Amino acid sequence: MTQPLDINAVSAHYGTTKVLEDLSLSVQAGELVSLLGASGCGKTTTLRLIAGFLTPSSGSIRLGGRDLTQLPPHRRDIGLVFQNYALFPHLSVLDNVSFGLKQRGVPPAERRKRAMGMLERVGLAPLADRAPGALSGGQKQRVALARALVIEPPLLMFDEPLSNLDAKLRVDMRVEIRELQRANGTTSVYVTHDQEEAFSISDRVAIMNAGRLMQFDRPETLYRQPANTFVARFVGFENIVPFKVVARDAEVVTAETSGMRIRLSQTAYGPIPDTFLLASRPDGLQVTTDLSAKGLPATLGLRTYLGRAYQYQCETAAGHLVANGSLTAPLESGTQVRLVPAPEQSCILATEGGR
Amino acid sequence: MTDRPHPILIIVAALVYVFLMVPLVIVVGAALSDTTYLTFPPQGLSLRWFTNIFEISAFRRTIVTSLQIAFLGTFLALVIGIPAAYALNRYRVELPRWLGTLFVLPILVPEIVFGFALLKSLTVGAGVPIFVALLIGHTLLVLPYVVRVISASLASFDFSIEEAAISLGSAPLKTFFTIVLPNVRAGMIAAFILAFITSLNDVSVSLFLTGPGISTLPIQILAHVEQFFDPTVASVSVLLMFLTVAVMAVVERTLGLTFLAK
Repeated sequence: MTQPLDINAVSAHYGTTKVLEDLSLSVQAGELVSLLGASGCGKTTTLRLIAGFLTPSSGSIRLGGRDLTQLPPHRRDIGLVFQNYALFPHLSVLDNVSFGLKQRGVPPAERRKRAMGMLERVGLAPLADRAPGALSGGQKQRVALARALVIEPPLLMFDEPLSNLDAKLRVDMRVEIRELQRANGTTSVYVTHDQEEAFSISDRVAIMNAGRLMQFDRPETLYRQPANTFVARFVGFENIVPFKVVARDAEVVTAETSGMRIRLSQTAYGPIPDTFLLASRPDGLQVTTDLSAKGLPATLGLRTYLGRAYQYQCETAAGHLVANGSLTAPLESGTQVRLVPAPEQSCILATEGGR
Repeated sequence: MTDRPHPILIIVAALVYVFLMVPLVIVVGAALSDTTYLTFPPQGLSLRWFTNIFEISAFRRTIVTSLQIAFLGTFLALVIGIPAAYALNRYRVELPRWLGTLFVLPILVPEIVFGFALLKSLTVGAGVPIFVALLIGHTLLVLPYVVRVISASLASFDFSIEEAAISLGSAPLKTFFTIVLPNVRAGMIAAFILAFITSLNDVSVSLFLTGPGISTLPIQILAHVEQFFDPTVASVSVLLMFLTVAVMAVVERTLGLTFLAK
């Protein structure tokens, strides 16, 4: 019943504007994949292409054995959950959920039984006769979820389903969505701009930017090993500094930037190319007042309080960097320090042309 | 601190009501007069001018024509106006802005000019029969009201609801009837009433399009007043008022009038 989704070299235009460029993406059967990016990155366009509300200018979309590309949206058999719930205001909760079954010619008695069963699963059976207008946001989204799931679609898609809910409910609902999706084993595509949401519930995440796929990987990999500077910045590697290797001594590499040298161990970072970018999170630069340490010389600027640490704006010969320092010894603006990259919070990126 | 309105406000409101109601009271009074001429206060009480309406064949015929034109014209305007309003709202981004303005033009053009233009093009130019020309004229006259009122109720309609239905397997045309229309029902009824009353009361357009043997009630009233000064005109007016009140009462009972104010 559950089927793999294959997006093959799909491009899309709005008028003359290219909004999606040569996107290829495969979602395995039963997998939950998130499309993540800022607004205008093409994630919603991708969802609408799969649903059939937009037509690609080139490329193909396949679900299981079927080619969806030329199929009208009402024959694609895809469950959709919208940001604004999109419940039918003139129908009861029960009629909303059984709507899809009615379209499939399921007889009334069975329709009712299956819809009630689905409402039971999302915990809304007692509200079956209510009008959607009488429900809270979370309840509405549960009805929408039940309505999409009850038709047992081979593919389920979510378009920013939690954006209209408050923070606490958002976390509860995403766990609920994930549990239902797992239990049904339904192949799912989940569109969101919220990184935490995407990372927490997805098997794999596709990070998109300006109509292009930047990286498609497991959340753990994206978080530790971004493939390029865009993804690196997106997942919080705020400090990206270009380096050039000047000496190799067994496992230890000496690299240089703006006349400053640091030593990196290849056992910690993996093989290091001759030119590279060192990307680190603010947590990945240790601030030390020991001026003999092997790190980047820096002058501290503004200090802000994060709760778990102090954050310092740092001026170095390699540019402006951000580092976190310990709570026990707050340092004053103007202090000369060394910034030592911590391997577990830093990574090596290939140098990108033109950047 | 009380919720009672200021006395001056009450007086002003009362004056406004008096100002609005007095002409109506005078018409009703005149209609009930036993005299053979229009007068107020009525002298004697009689319903004979009401029965007189139906004794004059021109009134009988024009009442029927007016109702036919109002029903058919409103129906046609709904058939054209609802899909038009839907398209204008659904594809608001894609469609050029002037297209929406096009449907409001009959209101913007002075009705007398509009009527004359229809006479020139339909009756004189194309030789369209009088009844058909009247029907076309009234359809065009009320179309802007239909498009505007339906657009207003579609403006708050979330079109992702339509997409949800389509994704659940409902074909687009079926979705229009089962999902979109039920959600603009109040707008449709409001549009119907507004269009029906506008058509029933129209003088300017009908003046040009009526012809030998076929006329509408308001035109017949005008013609009658030119020749006679008896209270029949007043009783016809009262009859029209009660027809309107009856329509409103039915609506109030079934839907509540609040939606008209939306």
